[in-house]
Amino acid sequence: MLEVKNLHVTVDGKQILKGLDLAVNKGEVHAIMGPNGSGKSTLAYVMAGKPGYEATEGQILLDGDDVLAMQPDERAAKGLFLAFQYPLEIPGVATMTFLRTALNAQRKKRGEAELSTPEFLKLVREAAAKLEIDTDMLRRGVNVGFSGGEKKRNEILQMALLQPRLCVLDETDSGLDIDALKIVSDGVNRLRSPDRAMVVITHYQRLLDHIVPDVVHVLSAGRIVKTGGKELALELEASGYAQFQGEAALAS
Amino acid sequence: MNAELRSVKTNAEQALADAYQASKAKLPGGRKVAALREAAAVRFDALGLPNRRIEEWKYTDLRALIGEAKPLAGVPDAAAKARAKEAGKLIGDMDARRIVFVDGTFVPELSDLADLSPGLSIRSMAQVLAAGDPLVDANLGKVVPAEREGVVELNTALMRDGAVIHIANGATVERPIHLVFAATGDKPASVFTRSLVVIEQGARVMLVESHDATAGHQVNTALELVVGDKAHVDHIKITSGPSDLVHISSLMAAVGAHARFNGFAFNLGGGVVRNQTFVRLDGEGSLTGLRGASLLKGKQHVDSTLVIDHKASGCQNREVFATVLDDESRGVFQGKIVVRPHAQKTDARMMTRALLLSDEAEADNKPELEIFADDVQCGHGATSGALDEDLKFYLMARGIPEIEAEGLLVQAFVGEAIEGIEHAGLRDALMEQVVAWLRKRGS
Repeated sequence: MLEVKNLHVTVDGKQILKGLDLAVNKGEVHAIMGPNGSGKSTLAYVMAGKPGYEATEGQILLDGDDVLAMQPDERAAKGLFLAFQYPLEIPGVATMTFLRTALNAQRKKRGEAELSTPEFLKLVREAAAKLEIDTDMLRRGVNVGFSGGEKKRNEILQMALLQPRLCVLDETDSGLDIDALKIVSDGVNRLRSPDRAMVVITHYQRLLDHIVPDVVHVLSAGRIVKTGGKELALELEASGYAQFQGEAALAS
Repeated sequence: MNAELRSVKTNAEQALADAYQASKAKLPGGRKVAALREAAAVRFDALGLPNRRIEEWKYTDLRALIGEAKPLAGVPDAAAKARAKEAGKLIGDMDARRIVFVDGTFVPELSDLADLSPGLSIRSMAQVLAAGDPLVDANLGKVVPAEREGVVELNTALMRDGAVIHIANGATVERPIHLVFAATGDKPASVFTRSLVVIEQGARVMLVESHDATAGHQVNTALELVVGDKAHVDHIKITSGPSDLVHISSLMAAVGAHARFNGFAFNLGGGVVRNQTFVRLDGEGSLTGLRGASLLKGKQHVDSTLVIDHKASGCQNREVFATVLDDESRGVFQGKIVVRPHAQKTDARMMTRALLLSDEAEADNKPELEIFADDVQCGHGATSGALDEDLKFYLMARGIPEIEAEGLLVQAFVGEAIEGIEHAGLRDALMEQVVAWLRKRGS
């Protein structure tokens, strides 16, 4: 489903990704772990199409189509979803309006009919209840006055409503206490499906106790330096990233 | 003195002076009114059209912006009246009493004067001027005297018609009054309207002014507003029109003790627009809110200028102005808060924001505080900038196309000012206009 080939990315003229390769099949959950500054968030942003993240070489193929040529909204309509590490606050745009505009824009782009108000409200209420989000909160501006945990739950709510085919989760566990981590992870796990792939980016292993990956990659200095099963995460937890930073240094 | 020396009249100034001389015998009013006009015409003659050498007009140089003055509007014909039926529609389906002026003349057959509630009187300024009236004698030109304001002098010299509204002590006018000003004549013309609204102690009213125009008109409109002690007044002004419209508006309001005055100005059209507001807080403990939202495109030039004069203690005022600028438009905001020596415990805050959607647009902000009292809280803030790219990316990453993402952010931006309108129906109607403006931009 997702193929990243020889991806080179620069940000502000600085090269961050230096030939990254990654292949994720549908139904799989891949974890990408790595030390700070290894390029994890850069990978997330370049996949979603954030301005300023320039791919100088390589490809990102989603179902065979190169998403690098697409606008962020086109990528989203094609089924790519990024759960932000730091979800933004948008005062004045009610969460409900935001969710509905997003959902209908994607449906429109895919040639599907827009949802009626009752249909939409039913969907939102059900999805919000599962994530223990009070619907009153959704009348407020997007993420305005939300705690860190509420913002992360709101990201998963968006993911649940938009039903993407490829979910990229960027440090979704950061800023979460144990209870919130459980709610968020359960929300993510409910979305696991044979037709959907996930890329879970995290610095710490603890998220992977809840969202158990099929494959674990280690990213260091802009490249995948090791790939293994879920046990690789535990190994890293014990030994740290230092060894890979050494390997990456040798490789470059 | 050299300061009084004026350069040669521009064509427009000469045409306006000639128009006054040619029409003064026919303009409404008895001898007293004629003397008022004459004095104003003499002062205009000395002042000329406002220009950049006058500090208050440095961003809106009418001498440069008005190449030629259009001839004075005549009596509206059937076609102009027919077009006026479509004017004032931006208020949506709000139920309001329509009082219609076409090309500056009151049109009774388009106006609703039936079943006026007790204490409410609505008359035509032209008729009142002709007949003479103590209310007008006592207030016209006196509510907040315009010092060295050429456009107000010109309005006084050439005023044709307008509304004279009186609301008696303690009367509550439930149904909003909608003054519909339509400059809809076939030929481009100069239109001078002047209104006076006196709201006595403890009275309550919502007043909506809407200004529409067809091509080429030059409108100079003035409203004098007396807000009595403990009165509660909402004033909403909506301006739209074609890109060659010149619209100059002066609102002069005196606010009494413990009164509430909420003003809102919504600008959606016109080529050169100046909305100047002079508010004098005469009595203690009043609450004043002046808000505004402007949406500019093309080469529009829209200037919002406020002067709020605190003459009494314990008054609170709040200003929130939001301007969205696209293409090569230019937005001007000048806000001045004056706090007189005995106006202690004044609480004044002014916020103005400009959102630039194009590199060619320009926003000028000039907030001023003149404080002569020592126990006051005054503040002002001004921001101007482009849309937040990070927010836009967040919206787009959820599948919202760029133009819609920008639209949502613009709605949020002007929403802060529009929220200040108390009438929910009108608030929604204006928000719809914002959406419609954005839709046009995207198409």
